[in-house]
Amino acid sequence: MIFDLMAYGAFFLTMALTYAIICLGLNVQWGQTGLFNVGIAGFVAIGAYVSALLTTPDAPDRFGGFGMPIVIGWLGGALVTGFATFLVGALTIRLRADYLAIATFGVAVAVQLCVLNLEPVTGGPFGISFIPRPFASLAGNPSLFSALNLAVLVGIVVLLYLALERLARSPWGRVLRAIREDETAALALGKNAVRFRLQAFAIGGAIMGLAGATQAHFIGFIAPDNYMPTLTFQVWAMLIVGGSGNNRGAILGAVVVWGIWAVSASAVSALFPPEQQARAASLQIVMIGAALCAILLLRPRGILGEVRMFHRAKVPAAGDLPANPPANEPVHAEKS
Amino acid sequence: MNPQALMDGLITGSMIGLGAIGVTLTYSILRFANFAHGEFVAWGAYFALAVSGALGYLSGSLLTPIGPFSFGWSLPIAAVIAVALTAGLALLVDAVLFGPLRERRSAVIILVMASFGAALTLRNLLEFIFTSQPAYFTKALQIAFPIGGGLRATPDQLLTLGVAAVLVASVHLLLTRTAIGRSMRAVSENQQLSGVVGIDVRKVIRTVWVLGAGLACIAGVMAGLLVQIRPQMGLDLLLPLFAAAILGGIGSVPGAMIAGLIVGLAEALAVQLIGAEWRSAIAFVILVVILLLRPQGLFGRPE
Repeated sequence: MIFDLMAYGAFFLTMALTYAIICLGLNVQWGQTGLFNVGIAGFVAIGAYVSALLTTPDAPDRFGGFGMPIVIGWLGGALVTGFATFLVGALTIRLRADYLAIATFGVAVAVQLCVLNLEPVTGGPFGISFIPRPFASLAGNPSLFSALNLAVLVGIVVLLYLALERLARSPWGRVLRAIREDETAALALGKNAVRFRLQAFAIGGAIMGLAGATQAHFIGFIAPDNYMPTLTFQVWAMLIVGGSGNNRGAILGAVVVWGIWAVSASAVSALFPPEQQARAASLQIVMIGAALCAILLLRPRGILGEVRMFHRAKVPAAGDLPANPPANEPVHAEKS
Repeated sequence: MNPQALMDGLITGSMIGLGAIGVTLTYSILRFANFAHGEFVAWGAYFALAVSGALGYLSGSLLTPIGPFSFGWSLPIAAVIAVALTAGLALLVDAVLFGPLRERRSAVIILVMASFGAALTLRNLLEFIFTSQPAYFTKALQIAFPIGGGLRATPDQLLTLGVAAVLVASVHLLLTRTAIGRSMRAVSENQQLSGVVGIDVRKVIRTVWVLGAGLACIAGVMAGLLVQIRPQMGLDLLLPLFAAAILGGIGSVPGAMIAGLIVGLAEALAVQLIGAEWRSAIAFVILVVILLLRPQGLFGRPE
């Protein structure tokens, strides 16, 4: 019993952490830069499919299956997604803010269509299976196997977290926040807003691609159905609940929302007769959608909210922007 | 190439155009891209379905087909009621969600995000109430008759084209020739200033929702009459709607309609040339091309 519970716990956490990676990527785009990406599912799918193509064994009925090591697959997934995000950003970032939203939404639709229809490459509606899982040789020992998988994801999340925190506190991160808060002022200080935004957008995209790749290898199977708009929506709910702009919030939100999702999904399967379950599952999304709107209305900062990071040093260095908090607001010191 | 594609394109295009008018109006006057607009199309169709079903249940004579058309009086009556209900829904969403966010002067992108949440809520609510099974207004089959030039059309198709043309012309006249139309254009130019000169901005905002949702509802009823009604129809229409609104130039009603027709024709052409499975990619391609070449659209003003 306790053993089952632990196995389920490990599975749940591993899954939640793959979402946490997506969330961290979105936090770079939205939380730190204010870029609205409605095509998360599409970018995650690119990462997943690229990695799957690179690492699966050669398959006679479709292109590729290059049998490369998993690490190459993950890096490839992240790079290709980063590049795709860069292209979308280059197209729209200088236009109005919501054109980016519309374009990313279009990307998700187009990616969905491609993975569904390019059967010789993506396996079409049947997807790609036999994606190698990390530590597959240890699969005979399920608890060690799942513990190691969990450890890999914990490692990735911690590394990403540290890297992103470092980045957020670097001059680069400060410029991003400055642009988000007051673009004119940042421009006046000689910061090229378009270039900084584009960099943040591509980095966030690459992280999403990495998340898609790890998720694909953890499940071992991918299909177009995994990358429906619901995924985009779940990730948004995670970031907004956790607190956008806050990396710890992004991780916390992923675990909390994934937990709510898993609990409500099992409630649906326990409470409703099989023929009503698809119907009841839509109610799950209604609930989370209403919660998203409610949070936007009632607690726009989420659980943790953005930690305000003002200058570490008293005297801003030459490349830095002096942050001037309004006099009536207390300045929170960095907590770390 | 089959000339019939032209007919299909015109019909899809007029539905997209009607929906895109709502998108372009919310975009230019309320200043945000409303991702929930597609859901007004779907809700409109389901409202009409429910009302016409109820009417048919009350009086079977309402179901007898009118003249050459496939539907009885229950559908036009239901469509009028559904327009009112959809407009009510839009006003409700605005009162609960967008209004408070506007009041708080939230950033545009927060409104976009809220509309995204509203879209998912509304869509899945439909799926919960009506299940994901496709529905139809009538099961009657119509014979398409030749209308010249190798084209064939059913009476229903010709009627919807006529209705769409009349609606677009009326909305255009409303915007250009009436007091409320002038107010709407003023608010789209500068909301603060229009408030200062005594324009009732809240009334303008209500008009935008009623007009946009009403047209969306008609587009949904058309889709239901000619294709089918599904809870996902709003999602599938969203990209074509945005593509048409941007291609036409944000704020331009005739632009939205013409661009809607262009998107519809391009989709029909793609079905002929490339294959039906790529149909929904066309709107994306059009969107990318327009953003690359002329982001202000065909009839829009540069920013």
